[in-house]
Amino acid sequence: MCTGVSGQVHKNGDGGEVGDIMKKTIEGSFAVAEVVKNCSPDVVACFPITPSTHIAEELDRMYTDGKIKSYTAVESEFSAISMLVGASAAGGRAFTTTDSQGIALMHEVLFAAAGMRLPMVIVAANRSLSAPLSIWNDHQDTISERDSGWIQIYCKNNQEVLDSVPQAFKISEETNIPVMVCMDGFYLTHLVEQIDMPEEEMIEKYLPKRTAEYKLDPENPITMGMYAMPTHYQGFRMDLHKDVINAGENVKKEMEVWGEHSGRKYGNGLWEEYHAEDAEYLFVGMGSVMENAELAIEKMRKEGKKAGLVRIRCYRPFPNEIVESFRGKEGVVVFEKDVSMGADAPLYAELSSVAREKGIETPLSSFMGGLGGKDITVEHIEEMMEKAKEGQVKMVWGE
Amino acid sequence: MGELENKELFKSGHTACAGCGVAVGLRHIMKAIGEDCVIVNATGCVEIFTTAYPKSAWAVPYIHCVFENSAPVAAGVVEALRVQGNDHTKVVVISGDGASYDIGFGHLSGMMERGHDVLYISYDNEAYMNTGVQRSGATPWKAYTTTSQVGSVRKGKQQFKKPLTEIAAAHGIPYAATSTSAHYTDLQQKVKKALSIKGPKFLNVLMTCVPGWGTKPALSMQYLKDAVDAHVWPVYEIENGFLKLNMKPEKKPVETYIKGQKRFKHLNEQDVKEIQELVDEKWDRLLWKEKVDQERKAELEGHSGE
Amino acid sequence: MKPANGKPGKSMDNKTGSWRTERPVVDRDRCIKCGQCQLNCPDGCIFVTEEGAKPNYDYCKGCGICAQVCPVKCIKMETEEK
Repeated sequence: MCTGVSGQVHKNGDGGEVGDIMKKTIEGSFAVAEVVKNCSPDVVACFPITPSTHIAEELDRMYTDGKIKSYTAVESEFSAISMLVGASAAGGRAFTTTDSQGIALMHEVLFAAAGMRLPMVIVAANRSLSAPLSIWNDHQDTISERDSGWIQIYCKNNQEVLDSVPQAFKISEETNIPVMVCMDGFYLTHLVEQIDMPEEEMIEKYLPKRTAEYKLDPENPITMGMYAMPTHYQGFRMDLHKDVINAGENVKKEMEVWGEHSGRKYGNGLWEEYHAEDAEYLFVGMGSVMENAELAIEKMRKEGKKAGLVRIRCYRPFPNEIVESFRGKEGVVVFEKDVSMGADAPLYAELSSVAREKGIETPLSSFMGGLGGKDITVEHIEEMMEKAKEGQVKMVWGE
Repeated sequence: MGELENKELFKSGHTACAGCGVAVGLRHIMKAIGEDCVIVNATGCVEIFTTAYPKSAWAVPYIHCVFENSAPVAAGVVEALRVQGNDHTKVVVISGDGASYDIGFGHLSGMMERGHDVLYISYDNEAYMNTGVQRSGATPWKAYTTTSQVGSVRKGKQQFKKPLTEIAAAHGIPYAATSTSAHYTDLQQKVKKALSIKGPKFLNVLMTCVPGWGTKPALSMQYLKDAVDAHVWPVYEIENGFLKLNMKPEKKPVETYIKGQKRFKHLNEQDVKEIQELVDEKWDRLLWKEKVDQERKAELEGHSGE
Repeated sequence: MKPANGKPGKSMDNKTGSWRTERPVVDRDRCIKCGQCQLNCPDGCIFVTEEGAKPNYDYCKGCGICAQVCPVKCIKMETEEK
């Protein structure tokens, strides 16, 4: 039995039709390590950084026990992502986990890996960036990589992370675009809760072995990572851009297929709505804060307030169609745990731009907050919704 | 084309400068490696003159990612091949001195410490040549580069060359050695020997840079021979920790090597004398180290033979 | 959709011989076919044939290493007539 598991492990009683599902109470990090193992990665390379460390430690333990094929404890996140480049180029299924400064250190190779069209998966345990140093959660680390060419999926709870990892490998290997699965540091990584673990047998049926379209192979030698003159460079970059946009269809499709295998779905894969249709006011955001938002919406509904939420699950490619759900609403609250220093908040700016393009006149309000682990409670979300009723606002939540 | 056809694994039509010492070295290295390999290359001259899309000079699998990560990329390739059950394909890094001595140094160290089965070849032309000749940790003492200029206060590089081969050997790797592009028998033998050994191997190969050293293209091999003959670039190997000098040429004065190189043209008599003293001191230390190592080796072998 | 990957050896399309300002000319009567020129050529474009050393002028950049390393000095660099 895996460390970090407490309580009983038992078969899901009535879920016979949706494959082997095990309910267990387990820390988020250990659950992630287990689902990664169940995806049968070829090469795993990690460097410890809070709060993703437990995932790495558990994968190392699994390697020590012969449960995964390879694990390398490298000397930096930079080497971890670089090993993934080599492994993926050689045709392997490659995985790492990191966050914060680790993501920032990987920055250069994140762009290169996407540009080289190498599939791989990172689970990012979202954490703030220095300075000042903080180990606590926000989305600054992965948001700062939004232009890298990676697909980014933000999860609301640990169950969604477990469901997203197998999808991430499949999407990545079908599109040759790397995928980041984002889970909030501490809020999710260190949360012990009951989950349904997608077991190896089910994943085997869902996720085929990787067959690389191109790889480093002495039988069929190719040159990878060439440099491009101005005649070619833009073409390659724009191809990647288009392909990342088109990968939205893969994200949607895999949510359907995974839903059939597991019995669980999260909206259409790109976003998820909750009481949105008849709502007058919407709360929009990403990550685990959206579970709190669900509670806030439930509470407000009980009080007769027509509130709803739209959770962005897939931030890259950006789901432009999401703004259709804003049409005719009284107002939209965009909440995000990141800052674009000296400019409007990224999520707000992007949603505003798309809404304008589509002629949607609903006022959008921007709230930045929750930085470096500052708590966002159910009450805060209610207050933000009330504030937006007074008119369009742009503000920082919680000084 | 028939008899004038290049059938090698490193092809013609690459865009290295005329007389490039690195291109000569690559031909010997590729001959020694053979087809069953994966080449991992850092950003640098070799990457630029061999991989302008879509015209690659490589007839073997090749990957370049960024400047400083050839060692961990190679480690990733090795791990993937191992998992696939491939126990024959050789993974070889070919990266410049900037990548090896400087920006990729920590990652190279990590790769060697972890023991990945990689042959790392540093082609040392003693500066950042691809960006237009800036000083690196490999640039020799007193040499001119565009970032170790010759002025009224300071003349050339103020620091000594980093002893990278010894640093590599100090990781306890099974094989570390030096060679040059001009000593092709030695170079090819060392590549083959390194590839016959499991684990991390390090080979540091001095290669001329025509624009960087300010030398005549036709003399690219001659300067490498002079470097060895003047004891400026000692050719040795450190196998399982025991150092052995592979060449002990009768010493030519350091001036024979320095003469005609524009990067050294500002040196006065005193400078040359100081460089000579440094070269002599280093050579004596190597002789001493070889003596100690070989005696110890013989002693250990004698014991095991009993 | 394809990354910037290349097929092997396509550099052969680059006829770098156009760079040349001097060309190596071999006096084959004096050539001893030792192979030094072929071994030391950065561009892999001089070959020892039955008749002696022959440069492939499609690729030869005219660096002159072959002439320099030739032990019998049977290769001369001559100014390229354009």
